[in-house]
Amino acid sequence: MEFIIITLVKMALTAFVLLTACAYLVWIERKVLAHIQLRPGPYFVGPHGLLQPLADLIKLLTKEGVVPASVNPFFYLLAPFLAVTLGLTSIVVIPFTPEFEIFGVKTAMGLTDLNIAVLFVLAISSLGVYGIAIGGWASNNKYSLMGGLRSASQMISYELPLALAIVAPLLLMNTLNFRTIIEAQSGYWFGVIPKWNVFAMPVPQIFSFLIFMTAGFAETNRVPFDLPEAESELVAGFHTEYSSMMFASFFMAEYANIITICCVATVLFLGGWHPLWPAGYGSDLVPPLLLAAAGAMLLFHAGQAVRWRSWDRFSFPVIGVIFLGLSGFFFIPLLKPILVPLFWFLLKAGFLIFVFIWIRGTLPRFRYDQLMRFAWTFLFPVAVVNLLVTGLLVALAGN
Amino acid sequence: MPTSIIEAYFPVLLQVLLAATIAGALIALGVLLGKRVKNKVKDTPYECGITPTGSAKERFSVKFYLVAMLFILFDIEAIFLYPWAVVYRELKLFAFFEMLLFIVLVLAGFFYIWKKGVLNWAIEESEQGKTR
Repeated sequence: MEFIIITLVKMALTAFVLLTACAYLVWIERKVLAHIQLRPGPYFVGPHGLLQPLADLIKLLTKEGVVPASVNPFFYLLAPFLAVTLGLTSIVVIPFTPEFEIFGVKTAMGLTDLNIAVLFVLAISSLGVYGIAIGGWASNNKYSLMGGLRSASQMISYELPLALAIVAPLLLMNTLNFRTIIEAQSGYWFGVIPKWNVFAMPVPQIFSFLIFMTAGFAETNRVPFDLPEAESELVAGFHTEYSSMMFASFFMAEYANIITICCVATVLFLGGWHPLWPAGYGSDLVPPLLLAAAGAMLLFHAGQAVRWRSWDRFSFPVIGVIFLGLSGFFFIPLLKPILVPLFWFLLKAGFLIFVFIWIRGTLPRFRYDQLMRFAWTFLFPVAVVNLLVTGLLVALAGN
Repeated sequence: MPTSIIEAYFPVLLQVLLAATIAGALIALGVLLGKRVKNKVKDTPYECGITPTGSAKERFSVKFYLVAMLFILFDIEAIFLYPWAVVYRELKLFAFFEMLLFIVLVLAGFFYIWKKGVLNWAIEESEQGKTR
């Protein structure tokens, strides 16, 4: 009974955070892209456009969901449903913190702890192809069909290097369980360099990490591999016919998939919740200091608000005080063992998500034949060679 | 670590149900809250404002079919690598050379399809010259 209650509480918390993150990633992405292009981005709905995701949600819910007469209604509605369901499922196996004890109960942030977590994530992400392929086919639109086909063949092509890139760190870890993988990456070389898989001995997994991230971009249909959407040739690809919430569902699934890919990369290559440098050198103090600095900066800028940004005078101090309060939480002994690892995990995953947006603001789109050639004749052989070199070095070092 | 298999997979089941509920609720809410105006032009597939000709259920390039077949072949190879990786520390060099043989055999097939031009999506420049 106790187990069920804990599971339900954690599940509600995770679902709330994940859905909020999906909604606010849209805002973050628009803001980051805007600042890359030297414009302010969303600005008028709430302070600095912070209420924009809510306004978008209301707008999308009240728009008409057009179901054209020529579509196959069952599959047409099934596609966004499948995409969202599968996108929100994989988060279940990601462990966010080590085990801790709270109110006499031993638990951990992270919903479950499967011994085949790696295979589970791969299986769910492969199923993600169905949402897009079915959507493209059921729309009965030439652009949708082309977009759906391209997307499906792109996603299955890049799944090979993705799967091969995951095997290389597994040779070092010899387990498919995420918690064990993270725990094996604790400790520091020479007391300072973290023993994450990207810095692992005898063979640093930096190439596996790069292959994994590149394939991850293609798996989530992001720039520079956003061929399914290719506005300039296919209107909007597989979701040309979709509107209102069905259209938003595909984007929610895309953001959920980005979050999952970044979390998996953090677990497999960046040492999960282990801090960048040892706690002995004060890594525990980083999160409260960062939050306190952000709070102090907001309080300082509130006094300097210019006339045409007059709401800053009110909103900045409020958010600043919230940040200062949050930094205090890191000193409560009961919460510290939960919050510090959680902070480091989310910092690494958040940085990878930022890289996704950064690259979108930097790179142009591939041509379709370049994309397929890159997957099969470059990424796949490189992943195989990387795997064999890792295997050989691990075997020799073990003897 | 969860102590039993039920304890490990019960949250997975719950999460799938929760995700399906959220997905269903989003689409249902969109249908319920959005107003509906039926009209003949709106019912046609979008084709940049031009009256659509024919059906979209057309024939498509055989390349997509070939990619699907290649994926099945090579993905099964990748799946074989996972149990191999898990027991690697115990078998070491023996496991390495066994897997090397397997990968070399698979790669032989890979280079065959590469040379046959299955992976080449662009029209060759020489072929382009012929068609012109």
